[in-house]
Amino acid sequence: MLSTIATVLMTLIGLSLFYVLYLTIKGRPVERRMVFLYIGLGVMLPLMMKIAPPLPITSDVQKLCDYIEKLEPDSKVLCAFDFDPPSAPELQPMAVAFVKYAFKHNLKMIIMGLWPQGPQQAQLAITTALKDSTVASHSHVEGVDWVNLGFQSGNEFVIQSMGSTFKSMFPRDTRLIPYDSIPLMKNVVNFSNVDFVMNFGAGKPGTIEWVQLGVDRFKAKLGAGNTAVQATEVYPYLRSGQLVGLLGGMSGAAEFEKVLNEKGKASTFLLAQMFGHAMVMAFVIIGNVAYFVLARKQKNSATNA
Amino acid sequence: MRREVPLFITTVAGLVFAVSYFIPHFPFGASESIFGDWVTIVQAFAIWLGVLNLLKVSGERIMRRSPQWQYSVIIILTLLATLVVGFSSGYKGIYANPQHAYSDTGTQFDWLYQSVYSPLSATMFSMLAFFVGSASYRAFRARNIQATMLLISGFLVMGGRVPLLDRLVAPFTTHTIFSDLANWIMNYPNAAGQRAVMIGIALGIMSSSLRIILGIERSHIGGGS
Repeated sequence: MLSTIATVLMTLIGLSLFYVLYLTIKGRPVERRMVFLYIGLGVMLPLMMKIAPPLPITSDVQKLCDYIEKLEPDSKVLCAFDFDPPSAPELQPMAVAFVKYAFKHNLKMIIMGLWPQGPQQAQLAITTALKDSTVASHSHVEGVDWVNLGFQSGNEFVIQSMGSTFKSMFPRDTRLIPYDSIPLMKNVVNFSNVDFVMNFGAGKPGTIEWVQLGVDRFKAKLGAGNTAVQATEVYPYLRSGQLVGLLGGMSGAAEFEKVLNEKGKASTFLLAQMFGHAMVMAFVIIGNVAYFVLARKQKNSATNA
Repeated sequence: MRREVPLFITTVAGLVFAVSYFIPHFPFGASESIFGDWVTIVQAFAIWLGVLNLLKVSGERIMRRSPQWQYSVIIILTLLATLVVGFSSGYKGIYANPQHAYSDTGTQFDWLYQSVYSPLSATMFSMLAFFVGSASYRAFRARNIQATMLLISGFLVMGGRVPLLDRLVAPFTTHTIFSDLANWIMNYPNAAGQRAVMIGIALGIMSSSLRIILGIERSHIGGGS
């Protein structure tokens, strides 16, 4: 019912854009507040809709999934959470999907953050994943199946020092348990003892720093999940093979959920983003049509005068 | 000496990091590790310096009753409240059985983070969508060839990175034309452009670093001529 109402409202909003076009061509552009209202409704209403748009899987996402699926049970995965709440709508769903997959396939997660808020976001992802009935049935134990080493200041220098020993940067986990007393960290000295590094990054320090130091210098295998804005900067590293795969923005997160068969929030959020983009594109078209019509009118009136 | 000592430290630190990349053996590898630890410690102090600076600036605004000084009171109170709640949650966690972190789910700090910090910071960021919408209506114009190309590529990427344009043409074809086109733009023209920018930045960093290591560029030690 709610979905039908939302769909009807979105259709009406879409049709009303023709009136906005008419007004703009007449030289009476709508107020900024009206544009804000359109954008707000365009993002909010799709959250109630139940449409499944076609979602092709890009090769960047498929490559990452293929690599993750090849990891043996008990493989150690270093998860770097380098983002904060503003980027969470894009990155948190992919983080949750990854954590769920890791728990279900018995991958051991060593969590850390170069952003102060990162380990807190990781904790949120862990809590969400542990609510999943399949994950909960495995009885995972902190310190054995995953460990949260927390935040360390120093940006890329943290990665550089981790190349010698992880312990030098993270002498204790967030529970203040000494590194040597954590069962999962037994025999983990540096990057040579982890099978894969997964970075969820929203800026600097983030994926680029992990590539430059973790991959180039310490030969780590790296996969990344980035915001759509950040992803554009990361593509050269993907093309050069320095990244195993890339999850770019909300669509990357939704594709990741689809391939791993982990139903999450990204698919719903993608619909909101789709209509948000549609609104912006509609306003670009309206603005430009009005611009050219008015320019032609002015030119004609100038010729007649 | 006030200028020579900082210049000497800069030169030594710069050379150690540069040389150790190519010769990661003793003494360069060990020196790099020590300098790396120093950077981490200095940056940790910088966080405290930031806190102290925030207290100083906000305190002065309150003392002088500057315009909107009330906001400074809120800043100081929230800063102190976060610190107290963080330390309190951590203290309780150490003595709890089983031991837990200050930030674990269910702690007071976690509540503060999830219920106050997250929504506030997400709200600030989400306002960007409204400004982008307004700008798209009023400012994004195909005024010349370059602007038109930018507009078209932006249009294709926006519509192709989400299943919007493919959804529109779905009744006519099963191919995901626009998604493929958006991916092509990201993988080729975008990657090429990004590489050009990266190479330019890298060359700039190299020349600036060399000038600093050799002591030609001295603006970082301040003091003027």
